[in-house]
Amino acid sequence: MSAKLNLAIYWAGSCGGCDVSILDINERILDVAQNCDIKFWPIAMDFKLSDVEKYADNSIDVCLFNGCVRNSEQEHIAKLLRKKSKILVAFGSCAYLGGIPGMANFNKKQEILDRVYVEAQSVENSEKIFPQPHTKVAEGELEIPVFHDYVKSLKQIVDVDYFIPGCPPTTEIINTALNAIFSGKLPPKGTVIAGKKNLCEECPKEKTDEKKVKKFVRPYQVIFDEKKCLLEQGIICIGPATIGGCGARCISANIPCRGCFGPALDVSDIGAKMLSAVASVIDSNDPVEIEKIISEIPDMAGMFYRFTLPVSLLRRSK
Amino acid sequence: MSENFEPRIVAFLCRWCSYTGADLAGTSRIKYPANVVPIKVMCSGRVDPTFVLKAFADGADGVLICGCHPGDCHYDIGNYNMQKRAPLISKLLKEMGIEEKRFRLEWVSASEGDRFAEVVKEITEEVRNLGPLNWKEIKEAVK
Amino acid sequence: MKKITIDPITRLEGHGKIDIFVNDADEVENVYLEIPELRGFEKFCEGRPVEELPRIVPKICGVCPGVHHMASTKAVDMVFGVKPTETAKKLRQIFYQAHNIHSHIAHFYALAAPDFIVGVDADKSSRNILGVIAKVGVETGKKVIESRAKAQKIQAMLAGHQTHVVMGLPGGVSKKMTKEEREEAKRYAAELLEFAKFTNKIFEDVILKNKAYVDLILSDTYETNLYSMGLVDENNKMNMYDGKVRVVDTEGKEVYKFKEIEYLDYIAEHVEPWTYLKFPYLKKIGWKGFTDGKGTSLTLVAPLGRLNAADGLTTPLAQAEYERMYKTLGKKPVTKMLAQHWARVIELLYFAENLVELLNDDSILSDDIRNIPQEVKGEGIGIVEAQRGTLIHHYITDEKAMVKKANIIVATAFNYGAMTLTLKNAAKKLAKKEGKIDDKILNMIEMAFRAFDPCFGCATHSLPGTMPLIVKIKNKKGEVIDIIRRD
Ligand code: SF4
Ligand code: SF4
Ligand code: SF4
Ligand code: FES
Repeated sequence: MSAKLNLAIYWAGSCGGCDVSILDINERILDVAQNCDIKFWPIAMDFKLSDVEKYADNSIDVCLFNGCVRNSEQEHIAKLLRKKSKILVAFGSCAYLGGIPGMANFNKKQEILDRVYVEAQSVENSEKIFPQPHTKVAEGELEIPVFHDYVKSLKQIVDVDYFIPGCPPTTEIINTALNAIFSGKLPPKGTVIAGKKNLCEECPKEKTDEKKVKKFVRPYQVIFDEKKCLLEQGIICIGPATIGGCGARCISANIPCRGCFGPALDVSDIGAKMLSAVASVIDSNDPVEIEKIISEIPDMAGMFYRFTLPVSLLRRSK
Repeated sequence: MSENFEPRIVAFLCRWCSYTGADLAGTSRIKYPANVVPIKVMCSGRVDPTFVLKAFADGADGVLICGCHPGDCHYDIGNYNMQKRAPLISKLLKEMGIEEKRFRLEWVSASEGDRFAEVVKEITEEVRNLGPLNWKEIKEAVK
Repeated sequence: MKKITIDPITRLEGHGKIDIFVNDADEVENVYLEIPELRGFEKFCEGRPVEELPRIVPKICGVCPGVHHMASTKAVDMVFGVKPTETAKKLRQIFYQAHNIHSHIAHFYALAAPDFIVGVDADKSSRNILGVIAKVGVETGKKVIESRAKAQKIQAMLAGHQTHVVMGLPGGVSKKMTKEEREEAKRYAAELLEFAKFTNKIFEDVILKNKAYVDLILSDTYETNLYSMGLVDENNKMNMYDGKVRVVDTEGKEVYKFKEIEYLDYIAEHVEPWTYLKFPYLKKIGWKGFTDGKGTSLTLVAPLGRLNAADGLTTPLAQAEYERMYKTLGKKPVTKMLAQHWARVIELLYFAENLVELLNDDSILSDDIRNIPQEVKGEGIGIVEAQRGTLIHHYITDEKAMVKKANIIVATAFNYGAMTLTLKNAAKKLAKKEGKIDDKILNMIEMAFRAFDPCFGCATHSLPGTMPLIVKIKNKKGEVIDIIRRD
């Protein structure tokens, strides 16, 4: 048997769901254990950061990095793991695209702080104490990381070799990636490991390509037709701009897509693509009526850039 | 606002009507501000919203799209398609903090050189009043 | 003064760092549990359509996403003044118990068991789930993995995803349960019940029958005495999905029982400059700092807090185990924090029994899964018991049901004070006993901490940046003697 691969898994600004998705490959995890020496995996193993610092450069064969980068610690560890790893993979939507935490780029840092530490209804903080990078306490000094102004994806910090989308990635995609890694048959650098076409192509709903929407509705307002394309029923669905590969999992549960897999191959900005897709189903040529129809779509920015704000053309709001 | 701020306005002009209209304005020496960077497109319907976002992201202070009048599009429905996209673009821009007045869709025929000049004057003044957008710098924070 | 840092605290769900200060006499002066990260959900939920929140907030935590989904869905129900149909409510509960089962299995076997089954003395490369499997045998290991997968499958069946679920809509759920799905789920549930019994047996054989471990649980090293809190039904039986919040004092006497809409009368949060996580406490008592016993205003939540706060469980096997635990440990409330693990396996049994009951109800197959909202009330609060304790989501919207304000108090935060105290007590006592601080003690300190099953993924749902410096200087009693500001 060939030598075991050295594997590291790390979470930065992450919910932990990506780590759980690795546990979710179930029996296959034993495979991983057989083929790999795990060198760092905070959710499951007792190694500390100081252990990683001692590893030789490039001694980790593959590092799966999940979570966005928002603070000095995450940035430091991203750079450290880049140095120690031959292959660095942005694992999951947060690392790849900024993800849901990337929506924080709709707000300024101070607005967030004020809301969380002063204004929140349950907070009692008349002294306006905020967390500080350095705090002197009776026994000495305490340090916590410095928080940056905005959320970034991993690629906006260091060079990344591969991207695995999904919030979290599906078992199938993780297995595809593991097969590639274990067999040594790696795709070209920069590959996004997902489907080739957009989500609509793998979505089981019936599409007619007719323009027929006179009114947009929010998912809670109607009982919709389970057989038909949601967008054609006036429910905003991000499928047209999203790369396939998830098996249309939300849509199968009668819930529209929000684009966690990121942009389709020919799409550079999900929001821009969705503007065209939404426009194409509107059934009207009268400017006044068009205005009225689109006024029913709430929060396009939050819907279109749910997972991709930090890597979108505009990156953040003003 | 800074007195000497000269807005940069990117204008997408359909080659069949609006571009010719702009040309006419030029040849008939109708005065209009030199702030516009014209980009010739086959049809207003070919302007992907991506172009508009990219123009702003790369430093434009305003974006103008001009196409043939409804009914006159060389490709029949190109301008109708744009007519649906434009208010959606405005709405998204507004949600991202970009003022509505910075983006505009207008119909300009091949013979409306004066109208083209008028439209350019208006948007230039409106954007001048709003001041520079500086999205390049705004973007810098999340490079 | 020497500072020892454990960073990152491994085998827990999220980020955290423990700083231990040791004085020149080698005694532990103080222990700080710092939470280094925040993400800002409260802020960026503003401006979103409120019905989108149940699919945004689960990303607070991928280990227990379902709890946020449920609390959020319930809050959104209230925003629209609509109740789920009977069938929808049952489907939500089925999903929820499956979620609880998966989470408790993951915690017990992957995060806690390494300490007990592999042992605190073992090398760190084997103190993990793989080490557990090596010890209990591959067959048992497979069973653990399969059981967790079955619970996950029930979740995915009802909720689209096994992790970041999408089933909840105001007034109901998005998807019916089919006959075939129900049969499959019933099969899994029966097997999960067997597995829950098996887990209780492992707990008994490996831990309760091992005197060293029982002594460890009963020793005063891991003792903290606080208020206990949890949701209960109208008979004061523990409930995960619904009910009133009940708080009992250090003697086990009920002091408060409140509805979700009253939470702000009872709960407040305190901010410290050295951590990004806030400290919830009982508002009527006021912030009393990090003290336990009579003068405290801190709460204990999660399995042990829940069992302490309730008068029992509604299912027979779990109820019997519950009675046995209190009998064995001799007192209610139980204040030995390592007993959290015991409480957790008892809960696992309850979840599985309840899941079987829910799936036996024929009405779950009905088509009546949604009530369409007819109005926007503009405010909603949802409280559930997350696996890690009481969880509160509170939204205020405009007349179009767009979010204006969101407040979220996560379960782990309710235990933050309890964890800090337990760590401090354990560190002081362990260091005194052993005379020095080494790797083993450090792991035993971490163990104190893992007993809580803290989920800092959850806890760090806010996201700030750097700020002008404000430093509170405290004396030995913990009183603030000076505040230095540099703003
Ligand atoms: S991509 Fe999704 S599952 Fe993964 S860390 Fe981010 S929020 Fe969690
Ligand atoms: S728009 Fe949505 S529902 Fe319609 S085909 Fe595409 S993915 Fe499916
Ligand atoms: S349907 Fe869309 S949001 Fe849902 S998992 Fe697939 S890509 Fe992600
Ligand atoms: S050709 Fe001028 S708008 Fe289509």
